[in-house]
Parts: sequence; structure tokens; C-alpha cells
Amino acid sequence: MTQTLTRHRGTAAAPPARAPRRRGADTRAGYTFLLPWLLGFILLTVGPMLSSLYLSFTNYNLFEAPKWIGLDNYTSLFQDERFLQSVGVTLGYVVFGTPLKLAAALAVALLLNNATRGQGFYRSAFYAPSLIGASVSIAIVWKAMFGDQGPVDQGLSFFGINLGGWVGNPSMTMPMMILLTVWQFGAPMVIFLAGLKQIPQELYEAASVDGAGRFRKFVNITFPMLSPVVFFNLLLETIHAFQIFASAYIISNGEGGPAGSTLFYTLYLYLRGFSDFRMGYASAMAWLLVIVVGVITLIFFRTSKSWVHYSGDSK
Amino acid sequence: MTTLSPPTQVRPSAATEYNPKADSRAAKRTRSIVFHALSLALIAVVLYPALWMVSSAFKPSSEIIGNSSIWSSNFSLDNFVTAMGGIGGVSTAQFFANSVVLALGSVIGTVLSATVSAYAFARIKFPGRSIFFGMMIATLLLPFHVVIIPQYIIFQQLGLVDTYIPLLIGKFLAADAFFVFLMVQFMRNLPRELDEAAIIDGAGHARIFCSIMLPLMKPALISSSIFAFIWSWNDFLGPLLYLNSPEKYPLPLALRLFVDQTQSSDYGAMIAMSVLALLPVLVFFLIFQRYIVEGVSTQGLKG
Repeated sequence: MTQTLTRHRGTAAAPPARAPRRRGADTRAGYTFLLPWLLGFILLTVGPMLSSLYLSFTNYNLFEAPKWIGLDNYTSLFQDERFLQSVGVTLGYVVFGTPLKLAAALAVALLLNNATRGQGFYRSAFYAPSLIGASVSIAIVWKAMFGDQGPVDQGLSFFGINLGGWVGNPSMTMPMMILLTVWQFGAPMVIFLAGLKQIPQELYEAASVDGAGRFRKFVNITFPMLSPVVFFNLLLETIHAFQIFASAYIISNGEGGPAGSTLFYTLYLYLRGFSDFRMGYASAMAWLLVIVVGVITLIFFRTSKSWVHYSGDSK
Repeated sequence: MTTLSPPTQVRPSAATEYNPKADSRAAKRTRSIVFHALSLALIAVVLYPALWMVSSAFKPSSEIIGNSSIWSSNFSLDNFVTAMGGIGGVSTAQFFANSVVLALGSVIGTVLSATVSAYAFARIKFPGRSIFFGMMIATLLLPFHVVIIPQYIIFQQLGLVDTYIPLLIGKFLAADAFFVFLMVQFMRNLPRELDEAAIIDGAGHARIFCSIMLPLMKPALISSSIFAFIWSWNDFLGPLLYLNSPEKYPLPLALRLFVDQTQSSDYGAMIAMSVLALLPVLVFFLIFQRYIVEGVSTQGLKG
């Protein structure tokens, strides 16, 4: 747009040679301004990605030269029980944690959307956990809260549920980790709320005239109109969930216990790479994660056509 | 309901019956009360862990476990005194200072590099722009674990392990696409007529960027700074990978060390230190909550 406009005005005042010169200047300026990102992209993203792809086919311990071993890392991954366990733990977390978190986010967003006053306050209060939830501090607090005789145990005992400490119980650590992610529902909630505000009120009025109830309105108006935002949140939160690290590390003292129940994928990758110095193996794990996340993204985009509704207006 | 139709005109003096909306107003009131009660109850649940954390920091360790109440009659500052004493021969003030250095470095690097790069994406037309823009978006979704091993190897060979350089260089090279994306979205909403007028006046891109864009970018600059600060402040994996000497540790690593060494025996001091570590984030949030929440919602909407 700028291009056509300037060229048009340029021809009126200056010789025709001005347009190409302007374009050349733009190219130079463009790459100059892009330089920091471009350097970072090449040196810190593309370069390392390619070298980790290479390393994934080698045996490398940081001290001796990498030794080419072909697909050995990848094949031994699938015979490694700890690896398979970490896949199971992570998938469980993603499959249960993410939908729960988004359901909580959507429910609270729908509630807050009714607010006539005080919405700003509520929105901020619900958002606060998202800002601190992934920190080491909260992991420590979570561990104390869900420990034996901790407030959660105490609270449940009051209702006659005696689970003991969740932290030391391999079958309760996953619910505990899922609660930690659901607790951070504020970030997707804020995005949902912004999406709800963009739905034209006339649609609801028209539906009321047609006699639609609350449920019908949600199914036929709210959800379709909100679906791009649902899609965005689902994609980002899923990818994000695969990468949980700090909380798992702190809660399990960096070991993924008890009984491997918090051995998340990235934690195992870290242990393999930086405790055992099996960097080739860890690189294979990293690439497998990239492939899985890539495939999931692709599946999301493919299936989105059937349920994500993009309205005609571009803004 | 009965007051709805003709009576309104027949008896205008009777105030309660006069107003056809009286009924719905009462309903609105109840709805509003229910709404606030429900929201407050939910907030109480959601904020309980935070309240429990703050109150536990003031309790003696013996009262933290086996006690779910927020209140205690033995509140004291003892835990904070222990926590401020530091760990491994390094004072907590030093950890704080380290965190501040890292966070400020991150803010400066991120804001500088992301605005400049975003200007190229949003306002300059050049061959390759859309390809690079697509790649930038793709890195938003890329699990960064795929680059940590080679990056570590590179920094190790350059002798930069146990310095802050590996933790900060990415910020100065706009490695976090989130910020570039945020700025691009913001710039695209600024009127193009401004640039066009400036171009006619003979201004180059450097001029347009400095004199027109930057002043208008203030809200985006502020929310990016806040996020860069908080994320750096809470970052754990980066420092865990690159820092070995405790005197260089930022707070999250210091906390881990503290947990390792006290082995959960002194819950009170542990939680007090957690509170101290979160304090700047909470203060930032209280001051800048508008910017933070707005930043999150615009980022999501224009995706």
C-alpha cells in the first residue's frame, strides 16, 4: 500500500527513476532493521536446530568428538522404559490438563462476561496465578500444600477423604500437577473474555426474537463466534503443556519421582543431556518432541476447518 | 408483570407501578448479587494458595504443616530473618541483585531488538519479508528444547558457561518471537498515513522509527518490558543450565539450593524465601495489571 502510494506521488514530483531507488532503499532498511532478529534466528535457532539434528545421529558426551551411530539413538529410545514412562506422564498431563484448564477458562470467562461492574478487578485476580504459576516459588508452595498433613490433606480429611500426602503418592502426583496447570487458567480466560466482547450483540438479540434459550445461544452463537479464539488457546496451551519443566523439577527434587510419576519429557531430556551427558540421545529426544509438536499442530490446523468458524470481516 | 402495559399511562403517580422496568431492575439486582457472590467465592478458592503462602511465611514451621487455616496467633518475621541470611555463604541480597541484573538486561535487550525487528516486519516492504515473518511465527510454536543442547555446546566451547552472556544474548537478538509478534501487531494498528506523510517530507526509516513509531509504541513497550522482566525473573531452566557458582545465582536457583540443603526441614524459611522471590512480580502486577492483562488479551485476539 505504501509502495503504490509513494510511487504515485513520487512520479508527479520527481523523475521516474525514483521508484526503484526507493525500493532499493527499502530493502536495505528492511534488512538493517531485521538484523537482530535475523542473527538470532540463524545463530540461536536454525543453526542449533540443524546441529542437534546431526547430534541426534551420534554418540556425544561433550568431551569426545561425536561418533556417528545412525538411527541407534532413536531405536534405543523405544526400548528405554524411562523414556516410555516420560512419554506416558507427559501425554497424560497434556490430554487431561489442557482441556480442563481451557474448560475452566471458558467457564469463568462466560461468567465474567455478565459483569456490569468490577470486571476489571475479577479479571486481574483470576489472571494473577498465570503470572507466578510456573515459578520455583509456587512449585515449593504446591509441594508443601499437597504434602502429608498439608492444607489440602487436612481440608479433605475434614470431608472424610483421607488420601494422605499427594507428593509422595505416585498415583496422586498427576492430579496434583494437573491442578497446578488448571490453577493457571487466567491467561486463556483473559483471551476468551476479549473474544466474547467481540461478538456482536445483535446476534443474541436476533436469537432472542427467534426464541432461542441460553443453551441454544451458546451452541449456535457463542461457540462458533469464539471458535478462532478457542483454537488459538488450544494450540498454544497444548504446545506449552508439553514443555513443563520447572515445577516438575522442583516438586520431584529433579528426579521425576516418586516412581517416575513426575518424570516429564523435558525433565528426562534434561537429565539425559546434562546429568548423564548423553547429548546425542537427548538431541534425539528433542527432535522427537519437535516432530510430535509439529504433527499435532498440523492435525489441529487440518481438523480446524470443520469446527473453527472465521467470519468474513478481516479485523 | 401486571404493571407492564396500560396501567403505566393510567396511573403515572404511583412510582412503583409507574416504572415498567422496576421488575427487571430487581431481577438485575439479584443477578448482580449472585454474580458477585459467585465470583468472590471462586476468587477465594483460586487465591487460597497465594494467601496460604503469604501467611505461612509468617508462621513458625511447626504450624505450617497440619494446619490449613490462614490465621495464626504466632505471626512473626523470624522466617524472613532466616531467609535473608542466604545459603551456601551467599546472602539473599546478592541473589536479589543477580536477579535484578538479569531481568534488567533482559528488558533492555528484548525491547530494543523486538521493536527494531518488528518495525521491519510491520512497516518496510522488502523481498523475503513474508517468508521471514512466517518463520518467526513458526518459532512461536517451536519447543525451545531442541536448541538448548547445541546452544550449550557452543557457549561451553566459547568459555561462556557460568556467565550471564548465554542468558542475555538471545534477548538482544529477539530470540523470543512472542515479543516481536506483539510489537508487529501493535504497529500494524498505527495509522499508515503517519509514515506516508513523513516519507513525503523526506524522512528515512530511521527517522520514522525514532520520531513517529517509538512515541506511539509506549503501551506495547511497557507491556513488553513487564513481561520480559517477569519471565526473566521466574526463569529457571536457563540459569540451571548455565550457572555453576552460587554467587552468580538468581533467586529461582537460590531457592532450589535452599530446598536441597534444608531438605524440607524448615518449611517456614523456605516459604518465606519463596515469598521474597515473588515479591517483585507481585508488586509489578499490582502496579501494571492493566498493561499486563491488556497485553495478554490483544496478543490472543489477533492471532
